Amino acid sequence: MRSKTSFLSAAFLATALSATCSAQTIFPLTRADILAGSLFDFKVEFDSVVDPAQVKVSINGADYTKTLGKSAVLVAKEDDKEVSSLLLRDASIRKPGTYVVTATDGKVSSSVTWTVYNTPVKKAAKNVILFIGDGFSIGHRTAMRILSKGIEGGKYTSKLAIDEMPYMALLTTQGTDSIITDSANAAHAYTTGHKSCVNALGVYCSRAANSLDHPKVETITSLAKRHGMAVGAVTNSEIEDATPAAMVAHTRRRSDYNDIVEMFYQSKIDVMMGGGSPNFLPKSTPGSKRKDDVDYIERFKQADYRLATTKTEMLAAANDPKTTKLLGLYNTGNVDGALDLKFLKKGSVAKFPDQPDVPESMNAALKVLSRNKNGFVLMVESARIDKYSHSLDAERAIYDAIMLDNAVKQAKQWAKANGDNTLILVTADHSHAVSVVGTVDDNKPGPDMRNKIGTYNEAGFPNYPAPDADGYPNKVDVSRRLRVLFGSYPDYYDTFAPHMEGEFVPAIRNAAGVMVANDAYKDAPGAELRVGNLPNIGSGAANSGVHTGDDVVLTAMGPGAQKVHGQMENTDLFRVMAEALALSPQKQAASSKASTN
Amino acid sequence: MLRLPSQSGELSRRTFLFSTLVLATPMVGAADATGVDNLLSFDSLYKSVGVLGTVYSDQAKALKNKEVRMRGYMAPPLKPESKFFVLTREPVAVCPFCSSDAQWPADIVVVYLRDTLAPINLSRRIEVTGTLEMGSWTDPQSGFVSQVRIVDAVVHK
Repeated sequence: MRSKTSFLSAAFLATALSATCSAQTIFPLTRADILAGSLFDFKVEFDSVVDPAQVKVSINGADYTKTLGKSAVLVAKEDDKEVSSLLLRDASIRKPGTYVVTATDGKVSSSVTWTVYNTPVKKAAKNVILFIGDGFSIGHRTAMRILSKGIEGGKYTSKLAIDEMPYMALLTTQGTDSIITDSANAAHAYTTGHKSCVNALGVYCSRAANSLDHPKVETITSLAKRHGMAVGAVTNSEIEDATPAAMVAHTRRRSDYNDIVEMFYQSKIDVMMGGGSPNFLPKSTPGSKRKDDVDYIERFKQADYRLATTKTEMLAAANDPKTTKLLGLYNTGNVDGALDLKFLKKGSVAKFPDQPDVPESMNAALKVLSRNKNGFVLMVESARIDKYSHSLDAERAIYDAIMLDNAVKQAKQWAKANGDNTLILVTADHSHAVSVVGTVDDNKPGPDMRNKIGTYNEAGFPNYPAPDADGYPNKVDVSRRLRVLFGSYPDYYDTFAPHMEGEFVPAIRNAAGVMVANDAYKDAPGAELRVGNLPNIGSGAANSGVHTGDDVVLTAMGPGAQKVHGQMENTDLFRVMAEALALSPQKQAASSKASTN
Repeated sequence: MLRLPSQSGELSRRTFLFSTLVLATPMVGAADATGVDNLLSFDSLYKSVGVLGTVYSDQAKALKNKEVRMRGYMAPPLKPESKFFVLTREPVAVCPFCSSDAQWPADIVVVYLRDTLAPINLSRRIEVTGTLEMGSWTDPQSGFVSQVRIVDAVVHK
């Protein structure tokens, strides 16, 4: 066994080496896998103001312009700081292979290695449907299966649509800055094939001061559009939120909602549906969140988008054979989740009574997108699995997981009826610490709710009513219900019961700035205070559960799905889609922007 | 739109605000000089809230630029150096990762204070008295966009 001393000196050496080599930061970062012909911004950040005559950047030993086809701009003082940068927008490499990039300012040098990969010439799949259950974890999967399938003789009576797929892999979700990812850089990994950092979409995280100036990478939307395909994004979050935004956006800061609306517009994406209308309204309209008077509703209409603000309008637009572009905005905030939308009528259902659920939006999108004979890429997100898991609202999260399964079930039926040439991928962007630990039985004796928890054989089976045709039990507050626990939480009052009056708000900041349990739940029958296990002060103070670094499951079927197996990086999912759709440049599809390499 | 830097630093600045001192007065009714009830609620502020915009209620329109009272919850303050905060219908727990700070409810009211504010428990409902302003306004310091404001405001616990 290695001695502690030698281990420490090796660690010191590694640190020292990396310090020497970090004189320049080169984007894309080392070990990037780059789709041949895809566009990326090439940037070298020097740690001081450099003498242009001393700067040398080579790729595989020759001047970088030989590979990238054009010259970068040397910015003497980036953002007026005492540092220089070399920047080349919209670079690309068409020839597959290993590329070693070395940059020097005459004093120190650093290197990165990229792998450029090609795709088959002929596409295996005509269409791709990518399902993302935001925050969708193993615990949700088990809980939804119990609620919507039931158990007989110790076996589930049937399979979930997401389970009944022949290929499966574990995806790892860490990013360039952290072992823990957020929905922005996680979705970015799927839509660009590059790793990035928390809060970033379509960019590497550089030192640029402006969130829109970071080195960009091309999205699947742009690539698919370049190949003449249709593209759609369907969600029940705000359409500007991280996962749908990753289809089109390039920003270091996911909260740049107004800019993201413009990016959706510029992307020419064919179908986009979700909530979040205020960022489309000119500031002179009451209810707008814009800072300018640009009317994006009007701009989208002028660009031939049909507008739908309700399910009724959506169905009418989708059924019109002339509709090839559709903008659906169904709520000012997030579209309500399945439990509120279908059963409890809480949330904003009274205000927005005619919202579609995710499967209905997806079906409308499929109708519109399939009018493009070159095929389509559609991202479908069940977004609130994550949001409800943050708020420790297990039942709402589970019902939205069931909604995801319904969407997948209907997509599989659609694919089968429409040529069997659609690659279907179902995954999560990151995990939550969520587990099924047993049941809670109100009929157990005693006043304390914790002593009504059944574990092991005492858990038995819950007594939810048989599910409806869509897999939802029509009653969630049953007497013997699932006990689902979250492993990361702020201080909160555990009520041992579903939140029938609306989404749970576990913690609130108090007058001293400390995150404390929301005492609105203090007097709920049997409520018990849980002292949190997350920071409660300072910038990291958590008012909800947090994402975890656990792997997520990817299941897949259809042409190209056989590439899904074992343990994969989340960025590999992009490659699976790119290969199935043959997205690297073919001779006839050579882009004028692509280099001559 | 609410623009915030990435999470780092933002919450700590919020925390800072809580340490500032504030003038607070007991919750009392404001003068009702117009004959219109000047107690506005989040429900009575709007005739309708829709995807394509909101419509103010007749009561709200009648009280424009007049003194009003509103009850709600103070959201975690955004900037210690500005004397404003967001008043919401329900306690808001702004979640740094599931939802960006851009995701405020559409029906928020921004309160510009006459004086600095005493520490307030964000889970307690407060009453705000001040002059009702309507129409888009971008805060020059923070870039925060608001449609409805109560200015020259005093907070009653």
